[in-house]
Amino acid sequence: MSAVPLDVPLPPLATYALRLGDDALILAQRMGEWIASAPQIEEDVALGNIALDLLGQARTLLTYAGEVEGAGRSEDDLAYLREERAFLNLHIVEQPGGDFGVTMARLLFFSTYQLGLYDRLQHSSDPTLAGVAGKAVKEVAYHRDHATQWVLRLGDGTQESHRRMQAGLAAMAPFVDEMFTGDGLEQSLSSAGVAVDVPTLREEWDRYVGSVLREATLEPPETTWTARGGRRGIHSEHFGHLLAQLQHLHRSHPGASW
Amino acid sequence: MSERDWPLFEVFVRSRRGLSHVHVGSLHAPDAEMAVRNARDVYTRRNEGVSIWVVPTAAVIASSPDEKDTFFDPAGDKAYRHPTFYDIPAEVQHL
Repeated sequence: MSAVPLDVPLPPLATYALRLGDDALILAQRMGEWIASAPQIEEDVALGNIALDLLGQARTLLTYAGEVEGAGRSEDDLAYLREERAFLNLHIVEQPGGDFGVTMARLLFFSTYQLGLYDRLQHSSDPTLAGVAGKAVKEVAYHRDHATQWVLRLGDGTQESHRRMQAGLAAMAPFVDEMFTGDGLEQSLSSAGVAVDVPTLREEWDRYVGSVLREATLEPPETTWTARGGRRGIHSEHFGHLLAQLQHLHRSHPGASW
Repeated sequence: MSERDWPLFEVFVRSRRGLSHVHVGSLHAPDAEMAVRNARDVYTRRNEGVSIWVVPTAAVIASSPDEKDTFFDPAGDKAYRHPTFYDIPAEVQHL
């Protein structure tokens, strides 16, 4: 429950685990919003499963971040009691789900990135990170497949589904570059064999996403601006609302459990 | 709503190698490929299977309840069709 002030820097490894854990946690929250709102109950279950996979990854990564930090913070402390500026997730995971096309565009973009990341990270010299990635890589391969199937069907479907899938890609386009930006912390951790240097994942990402969009008869989306700053705790206006929902129960009933 | 509904598929799951696929239920999906994926999510979340079949419900030809008597009743009194009139040797383990 201890509140560590923002100006106390975390150990680099804790920061790294927190970044990956926050990506998974926040996307789990966004995917979970579809439960009982998806087009069919079967899709409710599919999206709920994906959310739970991500939540599982988040729990392990946040727990590990807390252990490395060594200040006694648990996964719950990190998930429920941090302020907005202390979250280190990418902008793409915090954006509102929008319609189904937006959600599938996001899932295609992010799971393709995450699959490349985990695929490398399972060979990390850090055994915990390697273990999380080795388990999660199969889960994320399924997430990417699910998104791919839908992007193909919506893109190459009716005129209306094509239009909305194209709009979904456009809505997510500004958040792609940030996934591959990286920084000094990740570079030095990747030199040590611990982390993955994300710019090296871009080529494979472009190739896979490009091939899906071509087959789906969709145009690669263009954007006039790109989001940045998520890894430093700078977030979009949507994030505070998301956190309010995510943290409300825990903060209203501190220490509650079942 | 009905025209927005996806077609129905029957789902068969094989729980492990060597066993047959067993009917476990049905679900909606936009097409057969997605039906396999939906079946994975709905019916194999707890390690229930190693293989899935899906069949469009419309492709299943079923016997009619009206024909129940003519189909099945005549077998009821023909006990000689059951292999119960010989002794099983003690050495036979798996019969």
